[in-house]
Amino acid sequence: MISADLNIILPEILLSVFAMAALVGAVYSGKDKLAPLLVWITSALFLALAFWIGTTGEGTQVAFNGMFVNDGFARFAKVVILVSAGAVLLMSEGYMQRRGLLRFEYPLLITLAVVGMMMMVSAGDLMALYMGLELQSLSLYVVASLRRDSAKSTEAGLKYFVLGALSSGLLLYGASLTYGFAGTTLFSGIIQTATDGNMPVGLLIGLTMLIAGLAFKVSAVPFHMWTPDVYEGSPTPVTAFFATAPKVAAMALFARLMHDAFGEATSDWGQVIALLSVLSMFLGAIAAIGQRDIKRLMAYSSIAHMGYALMGLAAGTELGVQAMLIYMAIYVTMNVGTFAFILSMERDGQPVTDIQSLGMYSTKEPGKALAMLVLLFSLAGVPPLVGFFGKLYVLRAAYDAGLAWLAVAGVVASVIGAFYYLRIVYYMYFGQDREDALDGGKSPVLWGFLMVSAVIMVVGVVNLFGIEGVAQAAAATLVN
Amino acid sequence: MGNLLSIVTFLPALAALILGLFLRGDDAAAQRNAKWLALIATTATFVISLFILFQFDAGNTEFQMLEEREWLLGLSYRMGVDGISVLFVMLTTFMMPLVIAASWDVSHRVKEYMIAFLVLETLMLGVFMALDLVLFYLFFEAGLIPMFLIIGIWGGKDRIYASFKFFLYTFLGSVLMLVAMVAMYSDAGTTCIGGCDVSLLKHNFASESFSILGVQIIGGMQTMLFIAFFASFAVKMPMWPVHTWLPEAHVQAPTAGSVVLAAILLKMGGYGFLRFSLAMFPVGSDVMANFVFTLSVIAIIYTSLVALVQEDMKKLIAYSSVAHMGYVTMGIFAANQQGVDGAIFQMISHGFISGALFLCVGVIYDRMHTREIEAYGGLVNRMPAYALIFMLFTMANVGLPGTSGFIGEFLTLMGIFQVNTWVAAGAATGVILSAAYALWLYRRVVMGDLIKESLKTIKDMTTREKAIFAPLVVMTIWMGVYPAPILDRTGPAVEALVTKYDTALAAAGRTEADTQVAVAEH
Repeated sequence: MISADLNIILPEILLSVFAMAALVGAVYSGKDKLAPLLVWITSALFLALAFWIGTTGEGTQVAFNGMFVNDGFARFAKVVILVSAGAVLLMSEGYMQRRGLLRFEYPLLITLAVVGMMMMVSAGDLMALYMGLELQSLSLYVVASLRRDSAKSTEAGLKYFVLGALSSGLLLYGASLTYGFAGTTLFSGIIQTATDGNMPVGLLIGLTMLIAGLAFKVSAVPFHMWTPDVYEGSPTPVTAFFATAPKVAAMALFARLMHDAFGEATSDWGQVIALLSVLSMFLGAIAAIGQRDIKRLMAYSSIAHMGYALMGLAAGTELGVQAMLIYMAIYVTMNVGTFAFILSMERDGQPVTDIQSLGMYSTKEPGKALAMLVLLFSLAGVPPLVGFFGKLYVLRAAYDAGLAWLAVAGVVASVIGAFYYLRIVYYMYFGQDREDALDGGKSPVLWGFLMVSAVIMVVGVVNLFGIEGVAQAAAATLVN
Repeated sequence: MGNLLSIVTFLPALAALILGLFLRGDDAAAQRNAKWLALIATTATFVISLFILFQFDAGNTEFQMLEEREWLLGLSYRMGVDGISVLFVMLTTFMMPLVIAASWDVSHRVKEYMIAFLVLETLMLGVFMALDLVLFYLFFEAGLIPMFLIIGIWGGKDRIYASFKFFLYTFLGSVLMLVAMVAMYSDAGTTCIGGCDVSLLKHNFASESFSILGVQIIGGMQTMLFIAFFASFAVKMPMWPVHTWLPEAHVQAPTAGSVVLAAILLKMGGYGFLRFSLAMFPVGSDVMANFVFTLSVIAIIYTSLVALVQEDMKKLIAYSSVAHMGYVTMGIFAANQQGVDGAIFQMISHGFISGALFLCVGVIYDRMHTREIEAYGGLVNRMPAYALIFMLFTMANVGLPGTSGFIGEFLTLMGIFQVNTWVAAGAATGVILSAAYALWLYRRVVMGDLIKESLKTIKDMTTREKAIFAPLVVMTIWMGVYPAPILDRTGPAVEALVTKYDTALAAAGRTEADTQVAVAEH
């Protein structure tokens, strides 16, 4: 019995063992000299695991009496998490190396965070959920303040920690209320008490608290305040990481909790999430207009994007979950490319994040500027780029679920949001030449990620690389 | 040639890809290669597109030369043409080589310039051929990206403001259409526009009135969908009062950009009205027709008056475009044979005429680098050929009989007269006003004595410039003298459309009397 359980969580065990073994190994040997090697090994491990999970998993397996669920939905999320984490790690190596930030703890903390995320998306119980979430968060708090001698980075880490702890508190409070009224922490048990219309009031409050806690993690308005500061203060590779894998994990966890534990009470949480969604879309679109710092801008952009992903979730249907999964996969792909570009923005070896410094970048680096242009239009959701299809899916899900007003609000917000993406295009293509212009980046790794991401945005129009069917199967296992 | 439509559509994009991947450097040789490749590609596209015209069977009112492939989300890649779209396809392929030839003097980032125009051609052709709702939207919206760059990079002094305004204005209009499309997909269960068993054109969208927040919506869902599509097409068209992006965009865009904008991009709005609004939401169109008429008449009179006082030539022609598009919307929603025929004819003819007028401005702008009317006068003394050509297109713009402009205006006025006499009377005054501003412009620029020092050395048109105008002159006069080839091709399709429209109205119980009541309730 126990061996069967362990078999199911083998990928998580492997990653944890690797992290600890590497920690011990690094401490007792070369320390930071091993860091570049560790980064490559960790990435390779992530990608290998992603491949393994993606190709072998079948059906739904439950371990530890329902605490841990390995189904199509979890596997989809895990593959996206692992691939994006691996990609971000590879991108960060050169950047961290040049700035003396490449400590051996970095890849290992990321590994632990990834283990936490994999746990989150597979959680079948409030305790498992919390454990996964905290493992992830604690690792990320440290990573955020990796640049120890920078006030901003430390501030980012501290802010992230304090607000994260607050949200964990909310979540725990919700979990305890839920436990109190449902009599169990297992999702499969909660769903029997939490039915439409006649939910106990305590359970309803518990649900609200849980949603609030998770909204913090996905940085949905009004729980988004930490995002811009943390994005700005953290070293850029860490920001890139924040913008990708943890968002996928948190959204997947959100979907799992809502559907597995509260799936019979869709109308109760649907409206709350719809509200979070519309607020996020508008705040993300409007607040980014005044930003000059591209990292802060991307923070607001990610808030807006979470709003769209939540729109899929708010629909409370299988199509909604499918739309959300597709949206997140596309979002992650776009962000990897965009951050590859941001990482390559530097002058005299110093990172630059001011978007004005991109003045006439297109004459200097036409290829990279074009790739970034594609990504920006894709982020804005302009067809024919893949980003548009993400929006199309969520709009369709929302409309079919009777949320036509949400769909209209979403598209209006996307027009407002288009402005700031266009402004970056404006600096790159129509702006003035500047004295303090950027150097052309030389890193082939970053160039590769940028190009691949941009090409995916264009070529993906043909069939989205078959992700549609996979996401549908994944959504079907969650909602039935 | 089973893939004829796709070949025509994607040939320019292929050329753009070749340019982007294989052409290196920015020296004179590379620039020349880029120009020649773009010219050859657009000309080849035109030649191949002639096969579409030859194969097209005007008597058949169904979609022809269908192509279909599976795509995402239950959508499909589906292309086809019918009597309504085929001429727009031809207009596009006809204009593009001229546009490229007119850009021969561009020297700033030539390769990117040509790529932008080639990509734009693919997207415009796609709009007119797409038979899937989402595919249509894809092409329709994607055209914003190259146009945004064309205005922003190669435009005039205030190009940044103009490019942002252009993009955001049209984007806002279109996204509402996107929601409406999602709603249509949800309702009809298909995104096929036409040419398949279950299609949107055959689907009857609900037209029972309902109320939202206490407001009675006559025509129900059809009216809602109509309004959403209207938001998009009216901006694109552009109709008063959402036309303000157009003068800005025209003034700031480079000559070739203005030509594409006026000749082809504006026609997407009219095409959309015909393909979607009128054909799919007949009840909604009927409910909203008087509203559209009102806006059209205002557009015709008001923008003509605005055109009178313009000091910038491009702006004047831009306002005149808005006025002429007023005839088009009026003709479309008159929803009878003459009105719709006239609207299509007017759009094609306006494509040639306004394109030519912008080229005329471009000719003197290239020499003097100003578009101020004040800066010119007496050009006829040194530029006789130019004066002749400019005169021809001014007259065509006014709608002089014998030019294509006349046929379009006359047919639309005839169509609207059967529906609403007052609207027809109002619109007819626009003919007078257009004569006023166009002739006055001509007098100030071309006539009189050549007194300005700076103009004393101005040269007449080169052979290249004359060659660009030649096809336009031929088309304008030919269509004006012998419009039958055009009307024969659109006729049967328009007849089918109008019959379907009338049947749908009768089925919904909206006879003439009901319409009046509905208006009274408004």
